[in-house]
Amino acid sequence: MIGVVNNQIDKNTLELLGKANQMAVKIQTQVCLFIIGSKELKVDHVKDYADLTVLMLSENFGRFSLYPFLINLEKAILKYRPSILLSPATTFGRTIMPALAARLRTGLTADCTDLDVDDKGNLLQTRPAIGGNVMATIITPNHRPQMATVRPRSFSVQPEKREGRVRIEEITELEDSCELIKIEKREPSAQIDQAQIVVSVGKGLRRKENTQIAEKLAQLVSGAVGATRSVVDAKWFSHDHQVGLSGKTVKPKVYIAAGISGAVQHIAGMQTSEIVIAINKDRYAPIFKVADIGLVADAYSTLEQIVKILEDESDA
Amino acid sequence: MKILVLAKQVPDTDKVKIDPLTGTMIREGLDAVINPLDLHALELALCLKETHRAQITVLSMGPMSTEMVLRDTLALGADRAILLSDSAFAGSDTWATSYTLSEAVKKLNIEYDLVICGEKATDGETGQVGVEFAVLLNLPVITYVSRFVSLQNDSIVVERTVEDAYETWKVRLPALISVLRSVSEPRLPTLSGKKMSLSKKVEIYNARDLGLKNNDLGLTGSPTRVVKVYNTKLSRNCQLYMGKDLNQGIQEVVKILKNYKGSVRR
Repeated sequence: MIGVVNNQIDKNTLELLGKANQMAVKIQTQVCLFIIGSKELKVDHVKDYADLTVLMLSENFGRFSLYPFLINLEKAILKYRPSILLSPATTFGRTIMPALAARLRTGLTADCTDLDVDDKGNLLQTRPAIGGNVMATIITPNHRPQMATVRPRSFSVQPEKREGRVRIEEITELEDSCELIKIEKREPSAQIDQAQIVVSVGKGLRRKENTQIAEKLAQLVSGAVGATRSVVDAKWFSHDHQVGLSGKTVKPKVYIAAGISGAVQHIAGMQTSEIVIAINKDRYAPIFKVADIGLVADAYSTLEQIVKILEDESDA
Repeated sequence: MKILVLAKQVPDTDKVKIDPLTGTMIREGLDAVINPLDLHALELALCLKETHRAQITVLSMGPMSTEMVLRDTLALGADRAILLSDSAFAGSDTWATSYTLSEAVKKLNIEYDLVICGEKATDGETGQVGVEFAVLLNLPVITYVSRFVSLQNDSIVVERTVEDAYETWKVRLPALISVLRSVSEPRLPTLSGKKMSLSKKVEIYNARDLGLKNNDLGLTGSPTRVVKVYNTKLSRNCQLYMGKDLNQGIQEVVKILKNYKGSVRR
């Protein structure tokens, strides 16, 4: 059985179920969705993406707290015994999965961007490895379940295909030493490692105010804004925007490097992107060596032109 | 108040070079430094030392060269530094690393009220060891801590940043928090601190000192195996547009962006 774990029913869940179904066909097994979360969650529209949906819902599960979730999930995993267990690489998945792996004494691969199964049932877990264009494939040969967190948007949603069963598990309540005392909602901002299009800026934008054009472009294409270390150091952007060795490794469909010369540290964080577009005044800038399309021009005015074209067309 | 900081040594990525043929990072000859995110964890501990007279122990597992890195944490103000080093530990994945660290805490009777670690290391980028370590010791965990609010008698209040919210949690100690950069601004070592650290000793323990069996350690004790490492898209043929062709290039970019936008959720 291939299991998918999440605390909400969202696109991440459907993407993982899509991949799980593909792999399940290959090794002739079933797909089980484990949903642990708020009482309000409705599974009607997702249950047919899995053979079985196991629900662990409680009014106390509105926000994630490790041990109440861990104890109940562990119980369900031991009951249904999936040989593979997947979760999105979100703050939830990145916290619950290592905790489960520790309890189950099994392996866990973080942040996979591709998955497959071989004919022996080994989960082939592929992720970007240290520093750039190296990918590593990892297996968990002798421990079960084989666990992986998967970057959002690594897979596409596949059509549903069956009448899925739903089972409701009884919840074990326990005293929690963590207490949520305040919650302040924030605008869910596109995380640079989860966006399909990343517009990154470097010092070639010249001034902080000029980076607004990159934010505008990112907004128009539903992407996220990335940044080089030097502009993060200059406080143009906070650190969670930084792409590169001391920031994040990104792998979007389209990466735009605007006004970025291409230090090795930066290139290491973006070169596995599918299409790279570089905009730089200096035609000998190293960034062009890792780009598919290079625009030799001023970064600000070029972004401005691109934004204008996209805006004009959406108005029309 | 006793604080345990988990730290890892990583290659100094400021000086990294890339092999022009393979496009991979050349790791040989790189200086080792403390994982930059761990410095934020240590800095938070140092602030608590100043305000609450906390005692700080730094724990790491790694090759013997890690001793220098740990010495730097003593220079910054840590009280005790412990290195677990043994060829038997080599090749540990996150489970084996967490197991070794947690066993060391038990076997060496390392005392702690609060464990602080960085979000992840800049080399492996898994961010799993802190949580696994805590769960092996049955410790409460708050991940993605963006702000340390307060320390009360037997509990802490911290702010956690997740995708859709800032959550404020009150956690009974002992507990582990993994922190984001925003929790602190790391200080620089001082000359007097460096001098003082020379008189201090980094404690070093091997597998036998800890009474650990080789089956649970290193590559042998690791559930995961790397089976393949490969390069993707080594070189790209850049289509350059400049001068009078620039406009054509811009159109090309617009076409690509239109193709991929919309397939994205907000």
